[in-house]
Amino acid sequence: MNAAQLLEGKRVCICVGAGGVGKTTTAASVAVGMAARGLKVAVVTIDPARRLANALGLERLENEPRLVSPKRLHGLEMRGELWAMMLDSKRTFDDLIERVAPTPARAEEIKRNGVYRELSSAVSGSQEFTAIEKLYELVSDDYDLLVLDTPPAHNAVEFLNAPGRLTAFLGGGALQVFLRPTGIGMRLLGMGAAPLLGALRLVTGVDLISDLTAFFTLLGGMTDEFSARAERVERLLHAPETAFVLVTSAESRPIDEAIWFRETLRENGMPFTGAIVNRMHPALSPGGVQRDLPPDLRAKLAASIAEYTVLAERDAAGLERLRASFTGEPILQVPELDGDIHDVQGLLAMRAELFDD
Amino acid sequence: MRRGFLHLRLMGVVPAARRYVRVAVSLPLLRRRLIFVTGKGGVGKTTVALALGLAAARTGQRTIVADLQGEGDPQEREIAPGLSRISVDPQSAMEEYLLLKVNGAAGLALRQSKLFSSFAMATPGMRELLCMGKLWELAQLERRTRDAAPYGLVIVDAPASGHGAAILRTPRTFAELARVGPIANQAQAIARTIADPAFTSVVAVSTPEEMPVNETFELGDALAAAPDPHELEAVILNRRHADRFTEIEVAALKHHGGDPGVRVALAEHARATRELEQERRLRDAFGERLLILPDLFVPRLELAQLGLLAGDLAR
Repeated sequence: MNAAQLLEGKRVCICVGAGGVGKTTTAASVAVGMAARGLKVAVVTIDPARRLANALGLERLENEPRLVSPKRLHGLEMRGELWAMMLDSKRTFDDLIERVAPTPARAEEIKRNGVYRELSSAVSGSQEFTAIEKLYELVSDDYDLLVLDTPPAHNAVEFLNAPGRLTAFLGGGALQVFLRPTGIGMRLLGMGAAPLLGALRLVTGVDLISDLTAFFTLLGGMTDEFSARAERVERLLHAPETAFVLVTSAESRPIDEAIWFRETLRENGMPFTGAIVNRMHPALSPGGVQRDLPPDLRAKLAASIAEYTVLAERDAAGLERLRASFTGEPILQVPELDGDIHDVQGLLAMRAELFDD
Repeated sequence: MRRGFLHLRLMGVVPAARRYVRVAVSLPLLRRRLIFVTGKGGVGKTTVALALGLAAARTGQRTIVADLQGEGDPQEREIAPGLSRISVDPQSAMEEYLLLKVNGAAGLALRQSKLFSSFAMATPGMRELLCMGKLWELAQLERRTRDAAPYGLVIVDAPASGHGAAILRTPRTFAELARVGPIANQAQAIARTIADPAFTSVVAVSTPEEMPVNETFELGDALAAAPDPHELEAVILNRRHADRFTEIEVAALKHHGGDPGVRVALAEHARATRELEQERRLRDAFGERLLILPDLFVPRLELAQLGLLAGDLAR
């Protein structure tokens, strides 16, 4: 099995996994490989290494993919087109507001609102939200395949949860109930609005409530649009042409996370396609030169091999655990590549491993 | 000790009798009360946080390692003598906060209300603020949680660098957003604690590879440029591999380059050479603040191995 077979018939490939497992380079390599095979591919990267970005000709954060000149990937026959972008999260959020707002003036007002400014640059959730948003936008363009790298999160599942939280906030259901003192929420709680609002003030502060009220007044009828978009995005994420590809290393913690993520996808009915395991240490085949070397060098060589063997056995065990948690989905293995994977050579080396050539 | 005394008096919350409870800590790194351990994903933040915790506990400091992933035990649990662990999640932190701050029917209604909970969880920055509030509470000598014993040191197994630096700003941002009211006051109090370099420090973890090292520099810059600037207290270079081969030996090995075992040895040598370059970059920038932990080559670190790393950190 190679990456092309893994993505057969797919239009969207979402690379998910724990931090530090080579997710961005993997996403880029998959995109390069599929483009080389003749597809028109766009890859959305998030916070790529400087030199990887340079390798793809991405000088700055942008909002639209740009065509990567085949000359940059020297030595590779490019039969299709590779487009790439570095996601500008704040810009994407602003664009969305501009698109959804009834008038430009309203959009400007929202963008000035303190709650919005915090929201669109917030610590958690906004990158995940805008990544999905960008994906949703690009899917209506004429790309054969979209490859999405996902933001570094403390865990892989965060990527699935964060956009929903933000959409819930923008959709505003729960909030608006609270902000309207006579709303249904109060009746449901079976208590007067006064003590509850009092409690809410006590917890949040008056000004925050008035800022939030202002924010939701500005959003006005737009909240329905946010909810509708969220539903369409959900459909896209569940579509059979969408592939969630798990990227991991074979170390124990990333494998733990990968198994957990696979479980979460299963529970949510998301289309899970397979895994790419990076940085594998394949088992050593026996050699026989040791006896020709001086004794102390022989001892050092043996120590070196012993340490490698620990890694090879760890990786084999990790791979086995991962396989046992799958229901037959393919696992592609990429060996630990010597040297740096964050440049054109690294990209091409990983591509060769992923596509068997 | 002196600094601690001055600081606690400024905080104005600690009864006189408690001021001298703390045991002198030999490792300078562990002299703060709240340490954030951050770094690129996959560099071993959890390992380093626990190793630091063990090192502190061994000096007699009652220590807790708190992670913000909210996947482990949300209760404080002792995992080794003097060392506890907790997994802070926003939901439990909020319930605890409401329990303490909002009395009577309203408090109960808020705690049980799904609506309120989704409101709070969706409000920008609220999740982070709640987590920071819990960390702050853990670091108080006078715990607001009833009957809770104080910790001399709280070590935070923080999110990856970008988010790690951002989460430090959350209380300040939130205080500015909410302006007045109890939450603003609370956020201001937390922000002051975080801003105080005598109370709070940030430790970066990196592996000797280019990307994590780059991220360490970026983290240092981001912290220095923050509204409440911090300097990286230490940089811990994790999983460093020593170069065991001399150049003459490498030349000898190259004669047998076709042998799989020799290829492993040569790859190891090449890696050690690359790692040395990365170590130099960090050494040039951080000098004495750079600490090094070796790769222990075990499939999964247990407490015993963390003890070894703790020993290395305390040296």
